[in-house]
Amino acid sequence: MAKISNEELLQRLNDKFAGQVTQTGADFGLLTVEANKESISEVLSFLKTDAALQFIFLTDLTAVHYPELEKQIVVVYHLHSLTTNTRIRIKVGLTLEDLHIPTASTIWDGANWMERETYDFFGVIFDGHPDLRRILNVDDMTVFPMRKEFPLEDPNRVDKKDYFFGR
Amino acid sequence: MQNHPVYTDNDPQTEYSTLNLGPTHPATHGVFQNVLQMDGERIVSGVSTIGYIHRAFEKIAEHRPFYQITPLTDRLNYCSSPINNMGWHMTVEKLLNIQTPKRVDYMRVIIMELARIADHIICNGVLGVDTGAFTGFLYMMEHREEIYEIYEEICGSRLTTNIGRIGGFERNFNHIAFAKIKKFLVRFPPVLREFEALFNRNRIFVDRTKGVAAVTAADALSYSWSGPILRATGVDYDVRAMEPYSSYEDFDFEVPVGENGDVYSRFLVRNEEMWQSLRIIEQALAKIEKEPTDIFHADVPAFYLPPKEEVYNNMEALIYHFKIVMGEVDTPTAEVYHAVEGANGELGFYLINDGGRSPYRLHFRRPSFINYQMYAPMSKGMLLSDAIINMSSLNVIAGELDA
Repeated sequence: MAKISNEELLQRLNDKFAGQVTQTGADFGLLTVEANKESISEVLSFLKTDAALQFIFLTDLTAVHYPELEKQIVVVYHLHSLTTNTRIRIKVGLTLEDLHIPTASTIWDGANWMERETYDFFGVIFDGHPDLRRILNVDDMTVFPMRKEFPLEDPNRVDKKDYFFGR
Repeated sequence: MQNHPVYTDNDPQTEYSTLNLGPTHPATHGVFQNVLQMDGERIVSGVSTIGYIHRAFEKIAEHRPFYQITPLTDRLNYCSSPINNMGWHMTVEKLLNIQTPKRVDYMRVIIMELARIADHIICNGVLGVDTGAFTGFLYMMEHREEIYEIYEEICGSRLTTNIGRIGGFERNFNHIAFAKIKKFLVRFPPVLREFEALFNRNRIFVDRTKGVAAVTAADALSYSWSGPILRATGVDYDVRAMEPYSSYEDFDFEVPVGENGDVYSRFLVRNEEMWQSLRIIEQALAKIEKEPTDIFHADVPAFYLPPKEEVYNNMEALIYHFKIVMGEVDTPTAEVYHAVEGANGELGFYLINDGGRSPYRLHFRRPSFINYQMYAPMSKGMLLSDAIINMSSLNVIAGELDA
């Protein structure tokens, strides 16, 4: 089957989820839409099971931290429709106060560890996940290290400050 | 996944023994820990513990300029580092809209396919060792050494290669490199043929591997498997064919698929992939001869470090050198997802750039991490010895697992 165009894909999503899914970009031809956490499970299931779309492959699941935004943590899904060779990126923003989002591990078994990794590094709590524990970091860690406020190096170090380089 | 009988509560034996397989066990080829509940030789349940060599690459990458991230990618799948290096360079080139010359693409293809062969040599050789046949491993290992010598000729190092630069290569392939590649193309096929003759119809090997850890295509897709182990289940998903990068569309090759998704199918798929890689390298060598011989990088002075003698004698080169090293070149604000077909599956780079000198966020889609998560569930009901060869055939590389 031929590749699904971004317009058609967006049209189908809009037909099904009026107002819940909005396009936020299409960098390098990869359609990026934003969904909300109430509808994300249905959006993912729809994309996976719809006969014309068949996004059966969960390529990647991760998160990004934008400290300056209101919804600081953005969970990012990359799906791939193998029959039409189309990719889509779905984003869901979460506030720091409410980091709950429904799990995708009921839709794809492979989401299990990807969600554990996202929890481990960003503290996103995937509701309904069978075994939401830390995966790469030690169990008794108390912070979520991929958040921007977590320093990589000694914060008192000054020799790499931007103002030394005129930035 | 397996239909072996699992003893139930009705059996006289009521307690299972706990076995810590790993984190350092000679049969696991890396730092993997699985805490298994054993009923005699049979696995009742297992829990994988990973992260023993987690090095926070994604965090480090947020603090480094693009060209300094290449050495991090070396250490993902260290059995085929060049594929990771090239994947990263192509991600940045996609972000920066850099068109690489055809010759660079073909040079990259040669290196990536050599890396794929090197990786498959290890995996299939070790699979032989784990089933009790050491010979094949030794035959093949000599030729991995030849591949490492080719790397050495091209970039100076062997394991963590840091090969190439954004925009192309740091130096041209010299005539010794080409001679070594050609020598490899002559010397390796007979050995691979002999290796196949040793294993493919070997009664002991087939009995040990056929039907072991068979996975259906539906399960494999649900677990987001990719690479040879997905193709062994019969799904012909190969990034090189689906979304050709680095001019793979110019090459004539097949995507081998298996039937049963078991250890034996994975072995056969990897073997066949080595033949296909050899085919690709041969075509690439022929194509390179038609290209101008002095081109080995794209003309992107703002991102490609100029040669040292120019830096000392040429004003523009000095400016560019300074701007590159200090990270003063403007980059577009964009999000990129770029995938390459790593030796273990789809190796993806999700790069969010905010125009700064280092990525705002970089996420590696690591095939080993995603492939390995089925290991504990699929081991249920399996014999311990089968679980060991199952792990070998998944070819999980600890560096890529933990990142």
